[in-house]
Amino acid sequence: MKISVTINNKPAEFDVMPDEYLADSLRRYGYLSIRKGCDTGSCGLCTVWLDDKPILSCSVLSMRAMGKQITTIEGVKEEAKECAQYLVGEGAEQCGFCSPGLIMTILAMKRELVNPTEQDIVHYLNGNLCRCTGYVGQLRAVKKYLGVE
Amino acid sequence: MITIKDYALPDTLEEAYNLLNKKRSNTVLGGGAFLRLGSKKIGTAIDLSKLMLDAIEETDEFIEIGAMVTFRQVETDPVLKKFANGILSQAVKNIVGVQLRNIATVGATVYSRYGFSDFITALLALDTKVLLHKRGLMRLDEFLADGAKNDILVKVIINKTGRKAAFNMMRNSQSDYAILNVAVSRLADDWKVIIGARPHRAAIAYEASKYLSGSDLTGESVQQAATIASKELSFGTNIKGSREYRRKISTALVKRAVLEVLA
Repeated sequence: MKISVTINNKPAEFDVMPDEYLADSLRRYGYLSIRKGCDTGSCGLCTVWLDDKPILSCSVLSMRAMGKQITTIEGVKEEAKECAQYLVGEGAEQCGFCSPGLIMTILAMKRELVNPTEQDIVHYLNGNLCRCTGYVGQLRAVKKYLGVE
Repeated sequence: MITIKDYALPDTLEEAYNLLNKKRSNTVLGGGAFLRLGSKKIGTAIDLSKLMLDAIEETDEFIEIGAMVTFRQVETDPVLKKFANGILSQAVKNIVGVQLRNIATVGATVYSRYGFSDFITALLALDTKVLLHKRGLMRLDEFLADGAKNDILVKVIINKTGRKAAFNMMRNSQSDYAILNVAVSRLADDWKVIIGARPHRAAIAYEASKYLSGSDLTGESVQQAATIASKELSFGTNIKGSREYRRKISTALVKRAVLEVLA
């Protein structure tokens, strides 16, 4: 089935199966920043934005993206790079496998929450798991990135 | 793994209903996140996205939540954040992560009558009805008991009676499924005590509710109500917790919720 989408601000047409999930379609079309971690909707690695909202692309049928705006980390490169520097600076990145999903969630949070507290940040990032670092370094990095005291 | 042969985006509820009833394997989609964890062979997946069911509306008497409203909408909606002490927002805010809450829908959760649901437990403590396309309005407790096969849930309607309410749950970690959840509400002398994720679906503890409604609400009677609730409902064992553990913590959660309502 053919669906028209806007991906990273460019119109595109995807040919998808009715039971294909967005993470698989995006990877098939070359958006390899999308990682499949748990593939059960638990880890946040596959996070992309659908109409500017962070979603788990492993758990949304590709057909649901019809007519919508998809944003992957390739579409917010400069912002992502800036955010990544904070993660690196705090030693909050080791294997890096979870980083694209985490950064997409952090950038979504930056847009959505005004003056978040530490508690707000922890709550917003609850759905992003990291097996390497623990979360203390990530939290330090995110607080510095967002200018939270 | 699920399989889907065909995908439809009906323009009307009647069209969706007819399609649903055309073939046994046809299925209405919610967010699709939980569905994918199963192994259902779906003929036609029916997507309700075009039916404008994604709004939360408030009138003088009711709050209406459309079937395609996501948990994130419930969590962040300014009306629901205040209504009945915000128990609906409270109930959904720890469900996995914000990304999943942007996907999971009210309609799929309620229609599927999931036992693990935090949202259903909170809804049941309020004066809630569901609107089904063919069957019409149904009280939530009746719907949870009987279901409504091959129908489509259009919206959830909550009567703004002015209940005070509280929601409590126990989880192993913040984004995990609840081991047990409890909602308690009060409207004058009418109390409702609900226990869910037992792991069976949420149910009203009628004896405990009745006891509270006629009690003097001292510390002793609150404890007694919690004990009654833990004895009158059945609990089960699954990977999250044993029947005995659930029964034990139900007493503490009910007591805490009652005290929150009284505060």
